[in-house]
Amino acid sequence: MSETTALGLSARTGSVMVAFTVIFTAVMAFTYGATKTQIEASATEEKMKLISEVLPATAYDNVLLDDVITVGPTRELGLDDGGHIYRARKAGQPAALLLEATAPDGYSGRIELIVAVRADGGVSGVRAVTHRETPGLGDYIDPKKDKNKKSPWITQFAELKAADLPRCKLTKDGGQIAYHTGATISARAVTQAVARAAGYAAANHDRLFAAPSGDKL
Amino acid sequence: MDLKAYRDIAWNGIWKQNTGVVQILGLCPILAISTSIVNAVSLGLATILVMAMSNLVIAALRNFIPYEIRIPVFILIIAALTTVVDLAFNAYLHELYLVLGIFIPLIVTNCIVLARVEAFAAKNEPIGSTIDGIAMGIGLTLVLAVLGAIRELIGSGTLLSGIEMLFPGAEAIHVFGDDYPGFLIAILPPGAFFALGCLIAGRNWLEARKLARARMNPPAITDTPAEA
Repeated sequence: MSETTALGLSARTGSVMVAFTVIFTAVMAFTYGATKTQIEASATEEKMKLISEVLPATAYDNVLLDDVITVGPTRELGLDDGGHIYRARKAGQPAALLLEATAPDGYSGRIELIVAVRADGGVSGVRAVTHRETPGLGDYIDPKKDKNKKSPWITQFAELKAADLPRCKLTKDGGQIAYHTGATISARAVTQAVARAAGYAAANHDRLFAAPSGDKL
Repeated sequence: MDLKAYRDIAWNGIWKQNTGVVQILGLCPILAISTSIVNAVSLGLATILVMAMSNLVIAALRNFIPYEIRIPVFILIIAALTTVVDLAFNAYLHELYLVLGIFIPLIVTNCIVLARVEAFAAKNEPIGSTIDGIAMGIGLTLVLAVLGAIRELIGSGTLLSGIEMLFPGAEAIHVFGDDYPGFLIAILPPGAFFALGCLIAGRNWLEARKLARARMNPPAITDTPAEA
């Protein structure tokens, strides 16, 4: 190129940049399209796997992920931005509620939980969905990190019947939930969040089951 | 390029110019993800993939990329390829994606990738560049694997925990038994610095010893180092 003006250089490099942008955006768009269904399937599968840990598949016969209502900010569930509640039914009768709940007072911020409360008011199971508790200390609230693989800490909640709910506290606080000495904060945050969520489910049982699917309360 | 040149490129990437312990590039993923072998090697493999792809594509397109805007074009290409890898991981290795989720997009900002593209792929032909990308990635993965092993062993007393995410049915090795208390510091960020420091020292020691040996022997036989 014998002579390069500023304008010519800008036009040339600009058009090359645009061409590259178009080509590689197309590459990304193609990949997105090709993987979209698989990604959605994985997300659903992952959700169902989590649900099967807190509520056995034999306990309900409806399409759980479609029978959902959304709630706005709810203090009892620790939800500042709202969340979902899935309703499990068996033969049309209420079987259980799956509530998204948050323990706002974990050792390292919020602990997001899924809490399954049976229609009789007892807790069916609890899992920590996301948390940032200290590895090796407070992270035993997550059964994947719990060193006790046979009966992880969080499975204690599955034994809670409706009558036991007032004792859904750490043994230190006068309840029946055992904890690891030296890592009380994470366990207490989860335990209190479960107690609040179970209380909310009991208090709003009829209202939550009666609302049409897809409704926002 | 002949076979010897390719071998030199590979050796350069894996040992002489190792990104982790010689160039000390890309510390963010090295320190953040090396808490266990499985995490570390998985991110290493993803990085190899991105580096090989970006080096190949950029070396192939190098004559079409104007010198003035090469950096933005490089970043555009790296970002696009990382997105492709990210989507593929999400779709086909979902369990692993849950662990590495936030780190895969970070490969874009990993200066190793941009450094190799700028220093090598922009000036060399595609096959050599791909080998360079793979070799640099392997070098990084080795460092990550060793770091991950050290930290996992000291920190939680296990090896290969989380392997069931990759190979269902496989189990972690509990080296020190189930009631090993674990030295938390190895898992936390400071442990990463300690372990990486030891690795760098170890590599420097090996190199220094090799140099000392070469000096003691006549230079004529340094091509085939005599084993004492």
